[in-house]
Amino acid sequence: MSAVTTRNLPKNSSRKPGLTPNGRKRNSLSKGHLPRWATPGIAAGSLILGAAASTLGGFSVVTFAIFTAIIFVVASAIITTVVEGSRRGKNALATHLVYAAFLLALIPLVSVLFTVLQKGLPGINMHFLFHSMNGVTGAIDNASVENGTPVLGGAYHAVVGTLLITMWSTLISVPVGMLTAIYLVEYGKNGPLARAITFFVDVMTGIPSIVAGLFATALFAVIMGPTARMGIVAAVALSVLMIPTVVRSTEEMLKIVPNELREAAYALGVRKWRTIAKVVIPTAISGIASGVTLAIARVIGETAPILVTAGLANNINVNVFGNWMATLPTFIYYQILTPTSPTNVDPSIQRAWAAALLLILMVMVLNLGARLVASLFAPKKGR
Amino acid sequence: MSKRIDVKDLNVYYTNFLAVEDVNIEIEAKSVTAFIGPSGCGKSTFLRTLNRMHEVIPGGRVEGEVLLDGDNLYESGVDPVTVRSQIGMVFQRPNPFPTMSIRDNVLAGVKLNSKKISRSDAEDLVEKSLRGANLWNEVKDRLDKPGSGLSGGQQQRLCIARTIAVKPQVILMDEPCSALDPISTLAIEDLINELKNEFTVVIVTHNMQQAARVSDKTAFFNIAGTGKPGKLIEYAETATIFSNPTVKATEDYVSGRFG
Repeated sequence: MSAVTTRNLPKNSSRKPGLTPNGRKRNSLSKGHLPRWATPGIAAGSLILGAAASTLGGFSVVTFAIFTAIIFVVASAIITTVVEGSRRGKNALATHLVYAAFLLALIPLVSVLFTVLQKGLPGINMHFLFHSMNGVTGAIDNASVENGTPVLGGAYHAVVGTLLITMWSTLISVPVGMLTAIYLVEYGKNGPLARAITFFVDVMTGIPSIVAGLFATALFAVIMGPTARMGIVAAVALSVLMIPTVVRSTEEMLKIVPNELREAAYALGVRKWRTIAKVVIPTAISGIASGVTLAIARVIGETAPILVTAGLANNINVNVFGNWMATLPTFIYYQILTPTSPTNVDPSIQRAWAAALLLILMVMVLNLGARLVASLFAPKKGR
Repeated sequence: MSKRIDVKDLNVYYTNFLAVEDVNIEIEAKSVTAFIGPSGCGKSTFLRTLNRMHEVIPGGRVEGEVLLDGDNLYESGVDPVTVRSQIGMVFQRPNPFPTMSIRDNVLAGVKLNSKKISRSDAEDLVEKSLRGANLWNEVKDRLDKPGSGLSGGQQQRLCIARTIAVKPQVILMDEPCSALDPISTLAIEDLINELKNEFTVVIVTHNMQQAARVSDKTAFFNIAGTGKPGKLIEYAETATIFSNPTVKATEDYVSGRFG
């Protein structure tokens, strides 16, 4: 019918076929559809009903959101079922549930980011970034509260400690983890040793971080005596946590390198280890790099293993092989738990939030760095 | 720069499964030999034993002798890497190294082995190999672009260029055209005809017209049934195989009356 309609209108050749003179689509294949404004309409209705329902038990934003979401999901599913049929009804239900799950998962993230930004930003300044807590006492905090002067003392020592300890643990765990993964994928071939390693790596993944810290403490206590507290001990503890992650991600990345590339290299008379070093790893390096970065991000926020291995320092210590060290998580922990001035806790809390913001920023920079590394190393495409 | 291959009483196994049984074949130097036969009859498996690629697969092993100009490839003390640098291989699916440019792909055999090569020698080798693979004119302006950006047929010729750059004695080709369109197939068949002047070429193909067009001699492999080993049924001049075969199964297969 629509074909006839268009043929009767030869002058309007620019009009798309299947459109009636007033421009509306009349297609027998697309009938029984909800109009475009249906979803926003149902959403608006749900908002009103949700507001009404939430006032019954005393209005709050949380109940308002929950009621609105439930009403919207149920109503749109029912209306779609009635108008468009049960398949589309189920589709609408599933779609909206997926969106709801996504929003639910987003809430903690947004909330954390918002809170940390709100409470941490006031504490971030050049003084905070480039000064340690050395010499900052309760009296100084009291004075800054009473006189309204800026809070003194910063997290420079903790930032240095975090970077150094994380760097050393990365230096330890990346070679160990990568070589283990290379053995598992390229040489082990699912033999007894490879299976045993895989099993123990899985067990290691589940080690609580405090146990890793105690392990490192005990290890160094055996070597250097019971009072060994320094950055390298913490780095060993963190590498215990990092190694299984690095092994796992590297293993997965090496596994997805096509066998054809290995065979192509062998067929050119290239030795196995050269094939691995120059063909397999370069092909997988972007995935490996992002896996390593995620492993770093995972351990950079550890608190417990640092406390039992590196102790806590208020001064700047750049030597991981001697004396106590602070990291951002332990700095935050102590600022909150034992404020520098027990009577005026606000400066300490401000420093803790600022340090938390700093930590999040560091992890974010790491993640961005991983993306950059991944795209730099990724196999080149295009002509 | 080409050698002959003689295979004596070769049995090929996957762990304990006998995949190809008792092959005896003589492949002349500077000739093109085609292996034809139904899927699963062991052509590719047998081809891979000719440069010890078969043992790369877990459980892959052989019994018998493969002689390259009289030297047994499977004698103890023979390094498979040496064998493979003399007997190159082109695979069914084009597999240029994705991390490398076109130039580096051609030089892969040299560079991956960290052999020292001067810049001018490298340029000469790249041009010579790409010309040898009939690809030079198409890629000479974009040698630094990644090899994976080429079309399938160009990628396959790049793989051939990469193989001839290491100057092997023999080139094995495992269904090199099965993933390509007719035009690219034609380009590669022309190339095989030229390669014959310098190399010994062995090609596995499912395309009987292709075998008839490119090869001097043809070997027909067949399998008695699933789980049975593949066997070399007949090996003769290509003209003989296609016009006047001595074995009934060969005639049935080449005339399309098989099965």
